[in-house]
Amino acid sequence: MGLTELPGSLIAGLWRQPSARAALVTLGIITAMAIAGPPFLPDPAAQPDVVGQALLPPGAGHPFGTDQLSRDVLARVVGGARISLAVAGLAVLVSVTIGAGVGLVAGYLGGAVDAALMRLVEAALAIPRLFILLLLLAVWDHIPLAALILILGTTGWFGTSRLVRGEVLRLRHEAFVTGAEALGARRARVMFRHLLPNTTGPLLVAATLGVGDVILLEAGLSFLGLGIQPPRPSWGGMIFDAKAVLVTAPWTSIFPGLAILATVLAVNVLGDALSGAVDPRKS
Amino acid sequence: MSRVLEVENLRVTFPGADGRRVAAVDGVSFGLSRGETLALVGESGCGKSLTALSLLRLVPTPGRIEPESRIRLGDADVLGLEGAALRAIRGRRIGMIFQDPMTSLDPVFRVGDQIAEGILAHFPVSKREARERAITLLRDVGIPDPSARADAFPHQLSGGMRQRVMIAIALAAEPEILVADEPTTALDVTVQAQILEVLDGLRTARGMAVLLITHDLGIVAGRADRVAVMYAGQIVEEAPTAGLFARPSHPYTQGLFESIPRLTGPVERLRPIPGTVPSATAWPSGCRFRPRCPHAFEPCGREPPVHEVAPDQRMRCWLESEKGDLRSEK
Repeated sequence: MGLTELPGSLIAGLWRQPSARAALVTLGIITAMAIAGPPFLPDPAAQPDVVGQALLPPGAGHPFGTDQLSRDVLARVVGGARISLAVAGLAVLVSVTIGAGVGLVAGYLGGAVDAALMRLVEAALAIPRLFILLLLLAVWDHIPLAALILILGTTGWFGTSRLVRGEVLRLRHEAFVTGAEALGARRARVMFRHLLPNTTGPLLVAATLGVGDVILLEAGLSFLGLGIQPPRPSWGGMIFDAKAVLVTAPWTSIFPGLAILATVLAVNVLGDALSGAVDPRKS
Repeated sequence: MSRVLEVENLRVTFPGADGRRVAAVDGVSFGLSRGETLALVGESGCGKSLTALSLLRLVPTPGRIEPESRIRLGDADVLGLEGAALRAIRGRRIGMIFQDPMTSLDPVFRVGDQIAEGILAHFPVSKREARERAITLLRDVGIPDPSARADAFPHQLSGGMRQRVMIAIALAAEPEILVADEPTTALDVTVQAQILEVLDGLRTARGMAVLLITHDLGIVAGRADRVAVMYAGQIVEEAPTAGLFARPSHPYTQGLFESIPRLTGPVERLRPIPGTVPSATAWPSGCRFRPRCPHAFEPCGREPPVHEVAPDQRMRCWLESEKGDLRSEK
C-alpha cells in the first residue's frame, strides 16, 4: 500500500496528477487566505456607517464589492473560509474518530457486538443526515459553534464505520494479525497498533470526501439560518443574506457561491485522487 | 525425556451446511518432548495447520475445539485458559512461525519493532532493552547488519530475510516450543535449506521442542526425530523418522513416498496417489483413505484400529500384515 512512506511519497504521487495538483493548489490558496488573510482585510463584521458604501459593485476599494450592510464581501468570504474549513475539519475529525473506533470494534470482535453496532448504523443510515440535523437544530435557537461541530461530527460517522469494519474483516485473518495474537498481544493492541494503521488509506479518503460533505451541509444549514449564526460570516449565510438583492447585486451571492464550489470541487477531486494513490490496484 | 506438550483426542469442528458440525481435525493425539522435533506431514486440507493453531487457541471462528480434546503444556491445561493466562502462553511458551513471510509481517511496522512487540508483551523490559534484544535475535537468525535491518520495513526485505525475521519474532519471548507451519513453502530451494539450517541450529542451542508442519517429506529427512503422517483430520501413522523412511507402513504413507522422485536406484514411473483429499464434509465412514487406497478390502468400511507395526511405530489401518507382503504385491 506504500503507506510506510507517508506522507512524502503520497503527496509526490498526487502531485504527478494534473487534476490533483490543481486541487491541492486551490485548497492551498483557500487555506492560506483563511489563515493569513483576515489581518490584511477589513473586519468582516464591521458595518461602516456610510449609506453610500452599501451594495458597491466590485471595484478598487472592495475587490468583491460590498453587501447591504456595507460590509466588504472579500473579507466576509475569507472569514467564511476560516469558519467553514475549521468547522468541516473538526467535524470530520470527530466523525472519523468515532467511525474508526466503531468499525474496529465491530469488525474485530465480531459476533453479537458486530451485529448490534451494524444494525444501529444501518438504522441511522436509513434516515437522511439532513433530516437528523434539521431535527436537532430546530430545537436549538442560536446554536453555539462547538455544538454545531459536534452535531455535524456525530451524524457523519456511519459510512466511515462500515468502511473501516469492511477493511478490518479483510485484514483480521491476515497472517500478520494472527501472528500478533500468537505473540500474546492484547486485543486493544491488535486493534489499534496493527489493524488501525493498515486502514489509514481508506480512512484518509473517507475523511477528505467527508470534508466536502460537511462544507456543503454547513452551507446549506447556514442558508436555512440553522447553522453558523450572524454576525459570524459563513458562505451559506452570505448567500441567504443576499437573497433580497440576488438580481441587483449578484456579487454578494456569486463570490461565496464560487468559494463553496471551488472548495468542495477541490476536496472531492483530491479525495478521488487519494483513493487511487493509496490503492495500488488503481495505479 | 520430559514431555513438554501432550495433545490428546484433539477435535476441531466447523458448522456444516445441514447444521451438524464437521470435524476438520478428528481425534489427533501426539506428544512432544524437550529438544525433540516432531514433523506433522500431510497434504493441504488434512488439518495440520488447524492442529497448530489449536495449540495457541487461534482457531478462526466459527471453528471450535471440542470439549473432549486435551492440550497439556507442561502442567497447564491450554483449553482451560482464558484472557491474560492464555496470552501468557502465546509467544512465551509456544512460538509460532507462519507459512507466508510476505503476509505474516505487518506492512506498516519496522521489523525491529515487530520483534520487540513480542519481547515487551512478556518481559518487563524497557523499549531500548527490547530493541537490543531484537537486534541480537536478528543476528541469531543470520541477518547481516542487524542494527540497520531492524529499521527496515517488511517490503524492503527479500523473502528469505522476511522468513528469518518471522523466526526471530517467534523466538522473541524465548518459547520452549516452536511451531513452524510450513516455514519454507513460500521460499525457493536454496533459501529453504538456509532457513532449515537456522531453525536446526537454534533448536540445538536453545533446547526447544519443534513441531514442524510440512507437506514435504524431503524436509523431514534428517531434521525430524519423529514423523506423524496426517490424512483427512487424523494421524494415520506415527514413527521415528528413520523407521518411517525404512518401512513406511500405512498405504497413504507409502503413496507419499512413491510420489517422490528418487535420485538413486532404478528409474521408475512415479506413482501419484489417485484422487485428492476429500473435503471434511465428504469424509467416508470407516477408513478415510479407503477410496484412494490400493489395498482397500472388506473391513475398511469400519473404523480402522490403531496398532503397533514395529517398535514405536503405529498406524491406523486394517492391514495387520508385515510390510514385506505389501511391497511384494506391487
